[in-house]
Amino acid sequence: MLHWLTLMADSLPSLLWAALAFTVPLTLASFALGLVVGLMTAVIRLFGPPPLAAIVRFYVWIIRGTPLLVQLFLIFYGLPSAGIVLDAFPAALIGFTLSVGAYTSEIIRAAIGSVPKGQWEAAYSIGMSWTQAMRRTVLPQALRVAVPPLSNSFISLVKDTSLAAAITVPELFQAAQRIVATTYEPLILYVEVALIYLVLSSVLSAMQVRLERRLARYGGFLEARS
Amino acid sequence: MIGLSNIEKRFGDVPVLKGVSLTVAEGCVTALIGPSGGGKSTLLRCINLLEIPNSGTLRIGEEEMSFQPGVRPGWKDIQRLRGQTGMVFQNFQLFPHRTAIENVMEGLITVQKWPAERARERAVSLLRKVGMDHKADAWPATLSGGQQQRVAIARALAPSPRVLLCDEPTSALDPELSGEVVEVLGKLAEEGTTMVMATHDLRLAATIAHEAVFLEDGQVVETGPSRELFARPARERTRRFVATLTQQGQHGEGV
Repeated sequence: MLHWLTLMADSLPSLLWAALAFTVPLTLASFALGLVVGLMTAVIRLFGPPPLAAIVRFYVWIIRGTPLLVQLFLIFYGLPSAGIVLDAFPAALIGFTLSVGAYTSEIIRAAIGSVPKGQWEAAYSIGMSWTQAMRRTVLPQALRVAVPPLSNSFISLVKDTSLAAAITVPELFQAAQRIVATTYEPLILYVEVALIYLVLSSVLSAMQVRLERRLARYGGFLEARS
Repeated sequence: MIGLSNIEKRFGDVPVLKGVSLTVAEGCVTALIGPSGGGKSTLLRCINLLEIPNSGTLRIGEEEMSFQPGVRPGWKDIQRLRGQTGMVFQNFQLFPHRTAIENVMEGLITVQKWPAERARERAVSLLRKVGMDHKADAWPATLSGGQQQRVAIARALAPSPRVLLCDEPTSALDPELSGEVVEVLGKLAEEGTTMVMATHDLRLAATIAHEAVFLEDGQVVETGPSRELFARPARERTRRFVATLTQQGQHGEGV
């Protein structure tokens, strides 16, 4: 028992370092970039010219229809054959961004669609342009609808970054694998790594609750718009 | 003054407005009455170009625009005309994520680029005008329907439109709550606000409006000073419709 605790304590610093240096930045960066891609994809699908909309629909279809691990392998191990050589971290960043973009585009599309047409018209009637109506009236209301499902994506992403281990990114899970290779204590190390992921996603869940509370401050807007 | 001439609007193959011509004088309140589906709302929405007419000419003040089938007018031109109008919706359509005063300030700040302080001053005075200054910081969801509609009227007036368009402003409200909205609109009419309102509410159509236009099946059936039109409709069809309105009025809303 004491042996286990010592092992956990000894390995904790290098695991935390891997989480802070790779898992967390990879998650934050690919989620932020993925949201931008998702928003653009959603807007193009809702409002863009049909050919462009067809292209982004194709993108969503490909990304959602193939395993993330396969996509990462394609980017990191496959693309060099086509002359595109990427370091492990940028390759992972691109893979996760594309994945987040495809999934969140559907969430954002639904959330924008949930804002009643009358809100657009009210915005237009006081002289707003499409962009102003979108930014000032529709997106803030869509955000409130989108936060719970977006949080789902965010939390999934934290855990999915462990797949980056397979393309040599020295993130949290890979750090654990390396320690296991020298200590031969898979049970302890993988339990420990699972606990760290659990803490990370719990922090995110708590942030989601706070964000939802803040967005709920204007009350039952469903009545207000009925 | 507002002039519509020969406005036609089709939704797909369905004609909704079949060549409507109408003149509204400065400072005049015009009620659009008629059965549901007759084109009242569409006509209003053609005035602020939420719907683009298929053909005809629209003039508001010095701005004029002609429409042709298949030609969508440019954004700048739409803005130029729309800027002359304010709109009050049946379901209020306040921005739920903004407080009452923020709703009124929104157009001034976002569109007209007023500094926040100046916008706030104007918003306060408009909220006072509609009797809502005591609720300036309330969220729309916490207000009654009548209060929401009064804030919506203040929001529509904020950019000083030349004409206020009201799309059935009281029909989502019970008679008691709609009373406060009628009162506010009556006050605006006395002050000389030009208004065009689609309504089934006799208090608005017969009492506040100066002119009434009876619209059915996308056409103007009869038009005239509203007291005349309600007291002595020239056409049989108008007579029958006015009779149903006044009957309802006696049971419900009172004349």
